[in-house]
Amino acid sequence: MSVALSPLEHRPVNAEESGLFSWVGTVDHKRIGILYLLTALFFFAIGGTEAMILRLQLARPNSALISAEAYNQIFTMHGTTMIFLVVMPTLVGFGNYFVPLMIGARDMAFPRMNAMSFWLFPLGGFLLHFSALTGGAPSAGWFSYAPLSETPFSSTQGTDYWILAILVLGIGSVSTAINLIATILTLRAPGLLITRLPLFVWMTFVTSFLIILAIPVLNAALVMLLIDRQLDAHFFLASEGGNVLLWQHFFWTFGHPEVYIMALPAFGMISEIIPVFSRKAIFGYELVAASTVAIAVLSFGVWAHHMFAVGLGHTADMFFTASSMLIAVPTGIKIFNWIATMWGGSIRFTTAMLFATAFLVEFVIGGLSGITFAVAPIDWQVTDSYYVVAHFHYVLFGGTAFALMAATYYWFPKMSGRLLSERLGKVHFWMMVVGFNATFFVQHFLGILGMPRRVFTYPDLPYWGTLNMISTVGAGIMGLASLVFVANIFLSIKRGALAGDNPWEAWTLEWATTSPPPHDNFTEVPPIYGRRPLWDLDHPSDSTHALEPPKDMSFDKSMVAVWTFVASETGFFVILIIAFIFFNASLPAGGPTAAGSLDMKRTGLFTACLVSSSLTLYFSEKALEKRRHVAAVSWLVATIVLGVVFMLGQANEYRGLFERGIVVNSNLFATTFFTLTGFHGLHVTLGLIALGVVLARTLAGDFKNKSTSLLRSVGLYWHFVDVVWLVVFYVVYVRASR
Amino acid sequence: MSMPPVFDPHSPEARAISVLFAQTLVVCAAIGLLVAVLVGYCVVRFRARPGDPAPAENPGNKRLEAVWTAVPLGILVLLFILTARTVGAADPPVDREPDLVVVGHQWWWEATYKEGAVTANEIHIPVGRKVLVRIESADVIHDFWVPQLARKIDAIPGHPGFIWMEADAPGPYVGTCAEYCGVEHAWMRILVIAEPQAEFDAWLAHESHPASALSSDEAAARGAKVFQEKTCINCHAVAGSAHDARVAPSLTHLAERKTLGAGVIGNTPADLAHWLRDPQGVKQGCHMPNLNLTDPEVNDLVTYLETLK
Repeated sequence: MSVALSPLEHRPVNAEESGLFSWVGTVDHKRIGILYLLTALFFFAIGGTEAMILRLQLARPNSALISAEAYNQIFTMHGTTMIFLVVMPTLVGFGNYFVPLMIGARDMAFPRMNAMSFWLFPLGGFLLHFSALTGGAPSAGWFSYAPLSETPFSSTQGTDYWILAILVLGIGSVSTAINLIATILTLRAPGLLITRLPLFVWMTFVTSFLIILAIPVLNAALVMLLIDRQLDAHFFLASEGGNVLLWQHFFWTFGHPEVYIMALPAFGMISEIIPVFSRKAIFGYELVAASTVAIAVLSFGVWAHHMFAVGLGHTADMFFTASSMLIAVPTGIKIFNWIATMWGGSIRFTTAMLFATAFLVEFVIGGLSGITFAVAPIDWQVTDSYYVVAHFHYVLFGGTAFALMAATYYWFPKMSGRLLSERLGKVHFWMMVVGFNATFFVQHFLGILGMPRRVFTYPDLPYWGTLNMISTVGAGIMGLASLVFVANIFLSIKRGALAGDNPWEAWTLEWATTSPPPHDNFTEVPPIYGRRPLWDLDHPSDSTHALEPPKDMSFDKSMVAVWTFVASETGFFVILIIAFIFFNASLPAGGPTAAGSLDMKRTGLFTACLVSSSLTLYFSEKALEKRRHVAAVSWLVATIVLGVVFMLGQANEYRGLFERGIVVNSNLFATTFFTLTGFHGLHVTLGLIALGVVLARTLAGDFKNKSTSLLRSVGLYWHFVDVVWLVVFYVVYVRASR
Repeated sequence: MSMPPVFDPHSPEARAISVLFAQTLVVCAAIGLLVAVLVGYCVVRFRARPGDPAPAENPGNKRLEAVWTAVPLGILVLLFILTARTVGAADPPVDREPDLVVVGHQWWWEATYKEGAVTANEIHIPVGRKVLVRIESADVIHDFWVPQLARKIDAIPGHPGFIWMEADAPGPYVGTCAEYCGVEHAWMRILVIAEPQAEFDAWLAHESHPASALSSDEAAARGAKVFQEKTCINCHAVAGSAHDARVAPSLTHLAERKTLGAGVIGNTPADLAHWLRDPQGVKQGCHMPNLNLTDPEVNDLVTYLETLK
């Protein structure tokens, strides 16, 4: 017995299915997934080469292989590349390929948006690297601390390109996350309840929420830095009244969740691989799933452990010590559950399982050194030293990258139809384990010897030269191991052993179709009684559960997308509003202020226009539901007119301010005011364009026989923009004008 | 083999941290070892062998899971208590005016004693006495880190930091800028010289006054003139002369320092000549320009600067 999937109505199909252009124009999630992975592999080659150059320079003390300036550009590019162009896109690539397959869907919820998200990725990578042709790559480090990243100290355009690249990549990540959430909520096969999701899907789902909430915080900070650099404003320049630490608070509010954005999907991969090769179901599915949520929630409350060296005071330090320690508990739970899964199993040490096993030990080392960083006084010694370099490479390479390599050996047969060579795989594995640990374990010692990170060279102090040389030799072994890996991929894709549908005898839905899967993924999806559909299929007597009806599948994908988008945008505006409140609470005397520059009554009038436009839009929706098309169109036109009036009011207000000489860089009131209201105005404008499109399609008769879904989704966005304005009006005009 | 600096503390504050660090490492090592042993046992004991029956299913065990939730939590509570008890000792509260203000510059340190002496990169302190240091920045964020004597603390524009520094034995203690601060971050090293109170007092008194009167050496006099005319004086202060620029390190007692360029080279007359001829070659990107001095000018300048003791 099986459940046939109904064909998706709107699934775009390529005219051509082969040739280079079929890849460029593809909207197939599998091809997009492969494009992500190959592009990330390309950037991994770049980032890895950068790492090798850094290690060669550091091999000996007082080395002058490359200049200080070159070294600083290269380590900045290495960090940025590995995080934004390698780890995140690789995780997204696997998510793109396997989430729809693992939930028995034919594609992502929004295939065209999926293609757009992908193409933003090479664009971002291009922008970042183009900087090298404009006078120098960025050199302020991957966290671009102000004021070093400000124009007076980074005068080339490298940092500007860095900002643009990260913004572009961030927009791509958010749209992918929205797509994944909508896919997982709305496209699961019958019977695949949320509580039965494969753990990789579950952790990708949780990660997607981290992305939509964390990335906008970074985007807001990046926009402020760009305004500082391009428009001579002073958000982060202390000499002009700005605040240097605000950048750090914003950056790490993004930055720590970002760590889990890079770790959680890797946990998901491990949670798939260990059970399959141990021949046992995951031990304690519920706790593994729940601890993921705990990590995600806690990750927003630990950012200042990156700032212990700032001297925030003991109260703050102890708070963040406690919260950072707390996050170790759900992480530890996962480790023990994985070990318990192996316990009593019948473990097949394929290359995938070897990498997963090494992941366990290496990730634990990274996690334990993480605990030493949670202890504020220890952090006061070893932060910004090589000890921290060792720590985060154990987490991100020994952890995440090892999980990615495990996932590659595990899933490559599904993607290509052929197995990767186990012989080369084992060579790759052992070289990688030896190389990785040789490179990074000794860096713990360098840290406690007092070697700071991000130095292009170092004096010849006792042991420094020897340990650095060991580290460099290890890096060389890692480089060779990576070549073996790449060779394995390119040899096996042509000549590897045929995989068959399910080479590992795994249990999740991606193995229920051919390798590689057909364009539409499945001809039919097996019935789903539990978490391991293919296991249930082999053990019919155990399938005691009735096929439960999917109670939780009534989401509308457009509404899911707009709600998650709104959540993401809320994060962006919250940061802009915080910046406004923060700077206007204590403005240096002399410059323009909210009280002295703004006309609350006049803006109140325009606010009324915007608020009533929400009402007219509501009437329009109701009218459309009742099929009263003339009324619907009239209310829609009224909405657009009210929106335009609001924008004209804002334009007039800006004109008045400009005439009085108040411009974006006058002072921090002006900067925060124009930034906040300007971005809101931009959103109103986008909303007006969207409403215009809806109007045009309504007039063209698109909605006569179809659902009102488009109007409802655009409407939700419009209401959101109005609500944001009410908050802005209160904060900027009512509160600050008192 | 000596202990690494973080575990070779020479002040009560640094000692408090190293004890806490050692305790934490023991706890972490025990956990790490446990995990390694468990994984290792699984690898050996549960490796698949031909003919193995399908393993027994075990979907979970709430009691076991409660154990590995509660026990780590308990250990962390213990670590938190240890931390809370150490924080005060490792970083005592500030209760008076600082003895010393250290300002981070790209890429050198300026140290001003409350008695008025100004020096750079090499900081003298008396053995066995607590010194309260205020840390500031003149440009970007730096970080003052001398691992054997105190915690590290960021030097942040607009946000001064404070540390207590103390050394229980005489000696040079090396430190460095620990926050990436631009092109020459690597060469922003610190040397703290702890000496007995009497020696320190003598040093401070000496340092608070201009260098002993210019020698009558003709070359030195020419060098002093070069110092004026070639605009050195626009950035560097020499106490006792008319100018008191604080853009670059004070050279009042330059000849007594051990290194140049915040640790990049030594401070012999030959080093100094090298530095004057080609500062960008010695420390690429530093703010000292190449003034294209002629060889005689360099020689005279070196002779002059060597008199600044």
